[in-house]
Amino acid sequence: MLYAILCYDSEDVVGAWTKEEDDAVIARLRLVEDKLASQGRLGPVARLLPTTSATTVRKGREAMVLDGPFAETKEQLLGFFIVECANLDEALDAARDFARASGSAGAYEVRPLGVFRPGAVRAV
Amino acid sequence: MTELAWIGAALTSARPRAVGALYRHFRNLDLAEEAFQDASLRALKNWPQNGPPRDPASWLIFVGKNIAIDALRRQGKQEALPSDERLEAPDTDLAERLDASNYRDDVLRLLFICCHPDLPASQQIALALRVVSGLSVKQIARAFLITDAAMEQRITRAKSRVAAADVPFEAPGPGEREQRLTAVAAMIYLVFNEGYAASGGDAHVRAPLCEEAIRLARLLLRLFPTEPEIMGLTALLLLQHARMPARLDASGAIVLLEDQDRRLWNGPMIAEGLALIDKAMRNRLQIAIAIHRL
Repeated sequence: MLYAILCYDSEDVVGAWTKEEDDAVIARLRLVEDKLASQGRLGPVARLLPTTSATTVRKGREAMVLDGPFAETKEQLLGFFIVECANLDEALDAARDFARASGSAGAYEVRPLGVFRPGAVRAV
Repeated sequence: MTELAWIGAALTSARPRAVGALYRHFRNLDLAEEAFQDASLRALKNWPQNGPPRDPASWLIFVGKNIAIDALRRQGKQEALPSDERLEAPDTDLAERLDASNYRDDVLRLLFICCHPDLPASQQIALALRVVSGLSVKQIARAFLITDAAMEQRITRAKSRVAAADVPFEAPGPGEREQRLTAVAAMIYLVFNEGYAASGGDAHVRAPLCEEAIRLARLLLRLFPTEPEIMGLTALLLLQHARMPARLDASGAIVLLEDQDRRLWNGPMIAEGLALIDKAMRNRLQIAIAIHRL
């Protein structure tokens, strides 16, 4: 089963990290990614740009384009990992590893994938 | 990340909203700053024990308010208190909701008083870095390469000018809000420029000032996500700052654009800047179409 591990945290707080703090968190997350990758269980990984760069298309008879993110929340979706796990327990273990590595507040939401097409866009 | 680093980041990010709300309540910049400072000290003691609150800014506003009221009482200055019963209301929920609905204008007001037209540019930057960003006088003095005492004096002067100037506390109307936004955008650009083309001393670049300006621009854009001007400003700062790692050579001399090693440019920062330009242009285009249809 494929699981998405979605990273939620306050963008304000993450934005207040120094570059060194940010780099250190990413480096620790990379170690967890490497472990999963060496087991052949890591799919795509994405870090999203800040919600200020987001635009929302509201569905309706005539779709409406709005500046800003879909919802105003205290914590924002900052990125995600796609990980292959035998069951929920394994997925939660992976999420715990990420949580320990990041060491900040916020949360990881674990959601099974229904459809997954890896696609073929190049990495950035 | 250590707990202390996390709390530090949480306090920094909550600061504009919390100091802005405290300033609205007490109408005194020094009192608002001190209340925030004391609330931060309590947070350092309280959060590691009880875990961080869900909304650090609201926690700091609530605790800061009580601290400031106590301080005013001790000074026997009850008459200076605004006649506002919600200050004492145990119903934090109501106070929180009111604060949440006001926070945009609170933060904007706080930024706006820092760029009051009575203040010379150097005082505007110093005041914003002190009051909104929460940098210490020592840190700001180092950034400007002047002594701590001189910076202390500069900030004190700026504060007394601001206190004398009359910035209204009512929620601003659309026209006034627009004016404030424009003034604040110019001030953020000044902060950035001070870092980008450092005016004093030997260093050509002072990256922390640029990073702080970008943080303020993003903050402003999050508060006013549909303002093309603020999108443009943020994009401009991001695109300029993305080239920072390539702008100076090993000896600190400036490297011209065509000679820069582009692999050193910050890719995500460029992507963010371009995304914002895209959005701003789309906005402009829509405005143009709307005008055309009139």
